[in-house]
Amino acid sequence: MSNTKEFKIVNHFISKIDGLPLAQGKSLFTGDLTPQDALHIKILWSPVAHAKIKSIDISEAEKMPGVKCVLYYGNVPRIPHTTAGQGYPEPSPYDTYMFDNKARFVGDRIAAVAAETREQAENALKKIKVEYEILEPVLDIDSALKENAPIIHDEEDSFVPIPVPYEPKKNIVSRIGMEVGEFEKALNESEYVFDEIFETQYVQHCALEGYISWAQIDSYGRVVITTSTQVPFHIRRLVARTLDIPLKRIRIVKPRIGGGFGSKQELMLEDIVALVALRTGRAAFCALTRPEIFRSGRTRHPMRIRMRCGLMKNGVINAVGMDIINNTGAYGGHALAVMSCSGGKTLPLYHCNNIHFNAVAVYTNLPVAGAYRGYGATQAFFALESMIDIMAEKLGMCPVEFRKRNHIKLGEGHPAFEALGEGKPGAPMTINSSSLSECIELGAKEIGWHNRRPHTEKSGRYRRGLGMCILMQGSSIPEIDMGAASIKMNEDGSFNLLVGATDVGTGSDTILAQIAAEELATTVDKFIVYSSDTDMTPFDVGAYASSTTYLTGEAVRKAAAKVKNQILSVGAKILNKKLEDLDVCDSYVIALDGSAKVSYSEIALYSLYERDQFQIAAIESHITNQSPAPFAAHFVEVEVDVETGKTRVLKYVATVDCGTPINPKFAEGQTEGAILNGISFALTEEYRFDDKGKVINANFANYNIFSLRDKPEIKVFLVPSYEKSGPFGAKSIGEISINGGLPAIANAIYNAIGVRLYKAPFTQERVWRAIQKLKK
Amino acid sequence: MVKKKISFRLNGELREFEIEPNEKLLELLRRIGYKGVKYGCLEGMCGSCTVIMNGKAIASCLLYAFQADGKEITTIEGVSAGFADGCNLPNEIQDEFIKEHALQCGYCTPGFIMSAKAMFDENPIPDDETIKIYTDGNRCRCTGYEKIWSALKNLSEKHKEKLRR
Repeated sequence: MSNTKEFKIVNHFISKIDGLPLAQGKSLFTGDLTPQDALHIKILWSPVAHAKIKSIDISEAEKMPGVKCVLYYGNVPRIPHTTAGQGYPEPSPYDTYMFDNKARFVGDRIAAVAAETREQAENALKKIKVEYEILEPVLDIDSALKENAPIIHDEEDSFVPIPVPYEPKKNIVSRIGMEVGEFEKALNESEYVFDEIFETQYVQHCALEGYISWAQIDSYGRVVITTSTQVPFHIRRLVARTLDIPLKRIRIVKPRIGGGFGSKQELMLEDIVALVALRTGRAAFCALTRPEIFRSGRTRHPMRIRMRCGLMKNGVINAVGMDIINNTGAYGGHALAVMSCSGGKTLPLYHCNNIHFNAVAVYTNLPVAGAYRGYGATQAFFALESMIDIMAEKLGMCPVEFRKRNHIKLGEGHPAFEALGEGKPGAPMTINSSSLSECIELGAKEIGWHNRRPHTEKSGRYRRGLGMCILMQGSSIPEIDMGAASIKMNEDGSFNLLVGATDVGTGSDTILAQIAAEELATTVDKFIVYSSDTDMTPFDVGAYASSTTYLTGEAVRKAAAKVKNQILSVGAKILNKKLEDLDVCDSYVIALDGSAKVSYSEIALYSLYERDQFQIAAIESHITNQSPAPFAAHFVEVEVDVETGKTRVLKYVATVDCGTPINPKFAEGQTEGAILNGISFALTEEYRFDDKGKVINANFANYNIFSLRDKPEIKVFLVPSYEKSGPFGAKSIGEISINGGLPAIANAIYNAIGVRLYKAPFTQERVWRAIQKLKK
Repeated sequence: MVKKKISFRLNGELREFEIEPNEKLLELLRRIGYKGVKYGCLEGMCGSCTVIMNGKAIASCLLYAFQADGKEITTIEGVSAGFADGCNLPNEIQDEFIKEHALQCGYCTPGFIMSAKAMFDENPIPDDETIKIYTDGNRCRCTGYEKIWSALKNLSEKHKEKLRR
């Protein structure tokens, strides 16, 4: 293990390089930069869940005051595409059309109007006459899979661009599975057999900045789209396809982003603003209201997960089976990859020789699911980590001990890594860094696990319980994701760092500058960071799959190493020394014997103006054949009111192994935010629908996200390991900790009152009903 | 609709505005360039648009612009500890937020800072419950509030220290 104590810049807290302007409310976000005279775009959404559009008449709307452009299926290109912002070719069906002659969920796009003012656009929307032929809606996964179920995607031209199963006539978006050993046989031969079904709900990311984009045609006739996105380069490719215009003509600018959490790994409005700009020559912008975001934005895939496990009396897990039905809503973006992660990011956590994994994604006439922090692992960990507790109880073993005995250890591999990829086989992998065992020890100590008593010893109205779970995730998608960075030196010894990576609030611009500064033996304030503008920066897949620090970070480190070599060679010339007698230190090239030194600014001036002039600069890319897992142990104390079912989280302890935390406070922040989201996901967050498939709680008043008052005491401990394949030993941290809330709280509720919850969220009513059922 | 003329003191300066009668204060402020006032939900539930009106933190998305007539409005642009070298200097709340890493994406931050400013202006040493009351209208999805909480607690402590001396 490298000595992380030698680090001067990484593994230290440095405040956000964009912190001051953000705290001052400067014009940094997409909506702050919109031209005053931009056209306002409003979208007409489908009021029905499933319908053919018999006719649509836009003529009245077009005549309305201020209206400049109306878009609907009759006047836009019909090109099948996916809105999922994934690597090309995407493991997602091309089942979406800019506008279609069919409505597939309440909130589907029907038409768009661009006008001089918002009111004019809104008024014109009302004049669009649509005649719907109502079709029977498919409002749950069972109805979707029924024989002779209404077909949601009955169009002939949808397809998947990679060779994977796609059966839209059966409402099946995709299937994925794997078998290791002999699962059924092992299950039958096990001394204890378990078979339980877990269900998760529709939830949304709720980034404070919603979906917003604007476009304008620049003086050269190019389409410049400024947009709140996690994936600028994918958006450029998707817009080019959707509008059938050359990719070269499009520039995507990503300013500061007001949170993403996966919601913006998606083409949402960019195609519309671009087409309006092209049709009118005017700047055009579109921002969704909060109810529109809830209804028409992306959500987390709700899943039904059947867990079957076989256990031996000696504590050996003999068989693990996971069967998933994944509700992808009206369009199938991300469905396959999300399911793949449900297995691939959870099953490797435990030793087992007989594994069965089978997942199927189905269309329904409900809101569209997409990427959401945790990406399938969140749902599956609820099932797996609940089941681990159920099994431990059967053995009369402490859940902590049971996990310690069975979890994957340093140096071990797992067949699931290789079996499950994202649209192609995964990569074989060995755990080369892990402090999971230490995480478990520390977390248990901090929550006071030794005081834990079984629920049978508890009484009274308010009962407290302790629960825990262990977790893993990945760091980028192996052999698919690529990040790149370029660094150029200026004459004062400062550097421009250009990355395609997308800082969506995580602080990646700061973290990447720290990595560059460490490698170049200088300080973060020497870096001018510019991230993700498709004209200016090198490529990057974007902010998803817990990849930026690990993947782009290594690209930055490699670019910095190249620049360092150039600096050293110029330094050698100036000092008249051999390269091997020199090193870099505190923005100087120094002779190792201490006899001479020359500053970075002198070196830059020399290289630009004096002799053998050249630009000190480098560009580097990075891909990985590994997706090193960060690990975590989460512990929670809850209090349940057995008379009302109300459950409160009193304390939450998370211990996390993210390798070297490049910026420990940022890593804590990522963890704390993920935890609170995980807690409210477990306790309150849930879409409610009317019987026609319309979301009825589509605003913050009725879909409550936690406030400061709702926050329990959250304690985060970073327990570093050293991941050699990552920059300065780093792995990922962004997603993992959202996975803990559901299972840890479910396990704690069981410990408090002896009631096992299989359906999320654990609302007051649901807990109360479970208590009543137990009483009977 | 007939436009209406109003005037109010904006960040210390008395100004006149021509407004639409149904224009929200949030919309007016953003229209005239105060982009630090963020659009979050337009229903008073997230606090991204918080400004201070006559000493109280309010959601500017719930207020019609004409309701600000004759009032005193402070936005995030009016918050600073002075001006030097072309830039506003951060006030102590902004400073503490940055030092504590109490902001990630930064979209909710101006609103939080305005709520905190209204609180500290009124009560420099708020107790835990007071902090919860004053920030109840502000939502953040990035931080889990842990570091916002410590930033506000730190400031309360600092004020207490100062008073003791």
